[in-house]
Amino acid sequence: MARSLARRIIARASGEDAAPGEVVTCAVDLAMIHDSGGPRRVKPILERLGVGVWDANRVVVATDHFVPVFDEETRRIQNLTRDWVKAQAIRHYYEEQGICHVVTPERGHLRPGMFCVGGDSHSPTGGAFGAYMFGIGATEMAGVLATGEIWLTVPETILIEWTGRLGEGVFAKDMMLFLCTRLGMDGGRYQAVEYAGDAVRAMAMPERMTLANMTAELGGQTGLIGADDVTAAHLAGLGVAADIDGWGHDAGAEVEERHVFDASALPPQIAAPHSPANAADVGEFGGVTPTIAYIGACTGAKLDDLRVAARVLKGRRVAVGVTLLVAPASVRETEAARDEGIMAVFEEAGARILPSACGICAGYGDERLEAGTVCISSTARNFKGRMGDPSSQVYLGSPLSTAAAAVAGRIIDPREML
Amino acid sequence: MVWGCRMSRAWVFGDDIDTDALAPGAYMKRPINELASHCMEALAPDFAGSVRPGDIVVGGRNFGMGSSREQAAEALRHLGIGAVVAHSFAGIFYRNALNLGLLAVECDETGRIAQGDELRLDAVGGVLENVTQGVALPCKPVPPFLMDMVEAGGLVPHLEKRFGGVES
Ligand code: SF4
Repeated sequence: MARSLARRIIARASGEDAAPGEVVTCAVDLAMIHDSGGPRRVKPILERLGVGVWDANRVVVATDHFVPVFDEETRRIQNLTRDWVKAQAIRHYYEEQGICHVVTPERGHLRPGMFCVGGDSHSPTGGAFGAYMFGIGATEMAGVLATGEIWLTVPETILIEWTGRLGEGVFAKDMMLFLCTRLGMDGGRYQAVEYAGDAVRAMAMPERMTLANMTAELGGQTGLIGADDVTAAHLAGLGVAADIDGWGHDAGAEVEERHVFDASALPPQIAAPHSPANAADVGEFGGVTPTIAYIGACTGAKLDDLRVAARVLKGRRVAVGVTLLVAPASVRETEAARDEGIMAVFEEAGARILPSACGICAGYGDERLEAGTVCISSTARNFKGRMGDPSSQVYLGSPLSTAAAAVAGRIIDPREML
Repeated sequence: MVWGCRMSRAWVFGDDIDTDALAPGAYMKRPINELASHCMEALAPDFAGSVRPGDIVVGGRNFGMGSSREQAAEALRHLGIGAVVAHSFAGIFYRNALNLGLLAVECDETGRIAQGDELRLDAVGGVLENVTQGVALPCKPVPPFLMDMVEAGGLVPHLEKRFGGVES
């Protein structure tokens, strides 16, 4: 029987056609790290082992978590990162260029069929490109950097098929909040989740990235979308020569679990504090009045996300009592948004623009939610205390729903504003 | 290693304990001793100050979900936690814990453990004895190749054998 995409990639990377449940060792095509889990954590381990990185050309380093620096410690972390990258002769170093999950594909590092690890839980984002990519901790990353390989239990494939087409004003983010709530935060069982169906095929790459990205919230090891013409065209636009052959979705492949949902029936979703799995239809949140609206993160501030938010912000002002913060996902995307006039729309609406970095999403910086804040956010996670004080209340929604709430001063169905 | 025979006290938490609770972002830039002193404070403010070496953290489903930050496991180890026993673990946390030499054991019956119960864990044999309640709860043994690594103290000592380490 035909193999799922996950098994085809693992078979290539491990050299064995192993069945789900078997443990294999895979050669790593690319390792991505950032300033928090990266050099500052792996350097002492590699020194203890007395080795350097196995292949400097297969390592991508991006700084995004402690960006911008705001004190002695964050400055020290960035200096250490820069020095280490230099010492290891790593050329693919992106200093303050945006969030690693967006910068890495934007600079052409991901291609269909690759087997990749990232030092961050949202590394499944790379799965949008038909690559097997997953997040690991820093010690394990040090092991990868030393050896170029990693063990893996061959995963089952959980196929999630979205039939039909998403309605106007409904996005990948709404799908993922719905899935987290329906299947649970461990619904992915640390297996490979593959997204397919007409609604997924119709999506542009940034939306596919949002699906793959939030596989982390679903508890999958990776989230995959088979490469197709959309993938090929996107990569060609980035100047990346890629072969999609053999790395597509195979409808006849053996999968261990399958779910089918109708995209056309899905209304915009909002997740209440403190879990992405607390989602319900947007209409149920009419009484919620946020004081902060945050459009940011790898999940919700890519160029397409900014475009969507600008649709409701154009010619409108943020409501009195609401602060709209926009942290575009990368410097390149900020420039593109500026060229399209989108940044001007944000500024005229009264938004404050933040640096292209993890920002409030990670809660690592000096900008955090104060006690009692009610926030609506386009990010992936609303765990208690993540973005600031444990008493802050974070609601998750699509970039469109976040922008609409900023304008209305309360959570509303964003479709009323289109 | 004496995984087998130590008496431990249970610290019981619910489902979906996340890494932001275990290793709060605001302290991620700080040294591990300071980060660890804030471990779980959003959910149990007295936890870090009251745990004793060898205590066992008991979780429900999907323990350690969220971030890949291994400080979530490192903070527990730093506080002297002997093992985490949960109904299930988030995959990244599970790997991180074992890589750092912190034992993580799956047990379907964590619901039969109350806060403060005396426990005795035999991770190799796959039995968690709840001494207080007089029941023996079956656990899933850690796969042998991972148990070897935990017994070596984690991935780094394990790799040192492969690379020989730095001569000192
Ligand atoms: S933006 Fe948020 S979710 Fe994305 S990598 Fe940064 S901290 Fe993680």
